[in-house]
Amino acid sequence: MQKSYLMSILDKKAPYGIDIDVKKFIPAEALKLDEERLKEIGIDPDYSGPGTYYQVDSSVVKRASNVSGLKVTSFEELNDPELSWKLISPDQDKYTAAAALYGKGGYVVVVDEGVKVEKPVQTCLFMSAPGSLQAPHNIIIAKDNSEVSVFTGCTIMKEAVGLHVGITEFYVGRNARVNFLMIHSWNPDAHVRPRTAAIVEEGGQFVYHYVNISPVSSLQTYPKVRLVGRNARAHLSSVIVGKGNSNVDVGSEVSLEAPGTRAEIISRNVAMDRSTIFARARIIARAEGRGHTECMGLMLSEEANIVTIPELESSVKEAELTHEAAVGKLKEEEIYYLTSKGIERRDAISMLVRGFMRVDVELPPVLRKQVEFATAMAAGL
Amino acid sequence: MLEIRDLTVEASGRIILDSVKLTVRDGEKVLLLGPNGSGKSSLMQTIMGNPSYKILSGSIMFNGRDITGLSPEERARIGIGLIFQIPPKVKGVRLMDLIERIAKMRGIDLDEIRRKAEELRISHLLERDLNVGFSGGEMKKAELLIMLSQRPKLALIDEIDSGVDVESMEHVGSSLNGILSSDTSAIVVTHTGYISKYINADIAYVMLNGRIVCSGDPNSILDNIRREGFEACMSCKRAI
Repeated sequence: MQKSYLMSILDKKAPYGIDIDVKKFIPAEALKLDEERLKEIGIDPDYSGPGTYYQVDSSVVKRASNVSGLKVTSFEELNDPELSWKLISPDQDKYTAAAALYGKGGYVVVVDEGVKVEKPVQTCLFMSAPGSLQAPHNIIIAKDNSEVSVFTGCTIMKEAVGLHVGITEFYVGRNARVNFLMIHSWNPDAHVRPRTAAIVEEGGQFVYHYVNISPVSSLQTYPKVRLVGRNARAHLSSVIVGKGNSNVDVGSEVSLEAPGTRAEIISRNVAMDRSTIFARARIIARAEGRGHTECMGLMLSEEANIVTIPELESSVKEAELTHEAAVGKLKEEEIYYLTSKGIERRDAISMLVRGFMRVDVELPPVLRKQVEFATAMAAGL
Repeated sequence: MLEIRDLTVEASGRIILDSVKLTVRDGEKVLLLGPNGSGKSSLMQTIMGNPSYKILSGSIMFNGRDITGLSPEERARIGIGLIFQIPPKVKGVRLMDLIERIAKMRGIDLDEIRRKAEELRISHLLERDLNVGFSGGEMKKAELLIMLSQRPKLALIDEIDSGVDVESMEHVGSSLNGILSSDTSAIVVTHTGYISKYINADIAYVMLNGRIVCSGDPNSILDNIRREGFEACMSCKRAI
């Protein structure tokens, strides 16, 4: 795409989320890696699993893979135009345009046909340089009959202002499975605009779980998944904790494009302080398939806001789509019950909030432990 | 141990306890009888500190200390424990999450609790959400297990014999016996009286319309009630 054309898009407001002047942020070389911040989101700096990738600001600081049939590398090293910007278009909005123009780095995970990688690949995107744009381009390819789990953590130095635009494209082959867990912990000055898309072939499974645990200035994302092969499945879940003045707009979209496809979108949204959360979910049926969305909001503050926007669209008579949405507060009866057993009121509330955030995710046990850790952090336990 | 002085309590705009007086001595086991809606559960909830019950007058003394203004967690910490008649279903919080926290506070060995869970035949419930999908009997057993990890000085046991089948009643009764050691005081609420055979109660009280109307030997009061029903208590000459 023409550079001048993409530059013209940088000034156009994106459809969702508060508008950010992307030109204010410039890519920077790695400033500092704060390992303590990584540990806060469950990233082990000394992890010796099948594959690792660490990026600080716009610099790739570490990448490794040590299992045959698995490749973990950087976007620049892959250097394959056939495998990038296929599911997301650079002119989708100002953030994708900024990523296409100025983005650097990003992890590429490729699993060969029939290879099942047991332990998770761990990747980390860390921001430290003030006023910087971090726009990595991540690509995950699970070839036919393969399986891989990826645990990714994104965080930032406590005092840095920055814009993170992670582009992530997933290719899930026939009867392949990708388990993806992403944990975010930003700061009250950070803006975050991940752009994610996935395509799932026949019999493939895509499991995506996202947890945001800390305050953020603004966060907007809307992963889109296409189930293009017969019996393909997608499960997308997100746990969003709005703290401070966070403005969060998180959605998921799945389109059922082949017979027998199934999709589930689940979100748990906890609004604290003066936060605003938009929780979107959309399932589109273009073929006979089933889809369900569940959008739950928990209000913990009089000054917070939650808006749930579930959408179901069908052009097929045989498709079955359902949605469930509810917004409420903690039940005083449950708080009293726990306190009557000797639990401090504050801890009782944390237990209940953590309980609200508990989602049944079909992730491998090791990733479920990471989810437990992140939700405990988010609930303030 | 416990002294309730002229307690008058309101809930949902209605007086539900009217000048209640009750004393429980150290190690004493008290049977609290009365028909449905007489105020027995309300008294238990008020002793535990349920904020939905508003104390209009009177006081609650526990080991010489006025606890009328204490929060439920403070009451639990000084040794009051309550088995709920109908505990709430708490989604997302597992039975074991709660027991682990209590056991940690109390320094109690979790293996012992796991053994007790086995005895009560509820090991399979430990990783389940609290009371969600539990049968009536399972709820009571879970409450018992929680109390076993609390080891209270004063055990308030509310209708543990309702909704429990005969076989489960044996397990419940023997576990309850384990809780009620010689130095533990207890108020055991029942309207059927089934549980009484598992408790060596020292005294029985009868509640009617928010008042304690009668006290005496547990066996003779139970016999009377079985014969003549609670209506007979209305005109009882021994009313206190």
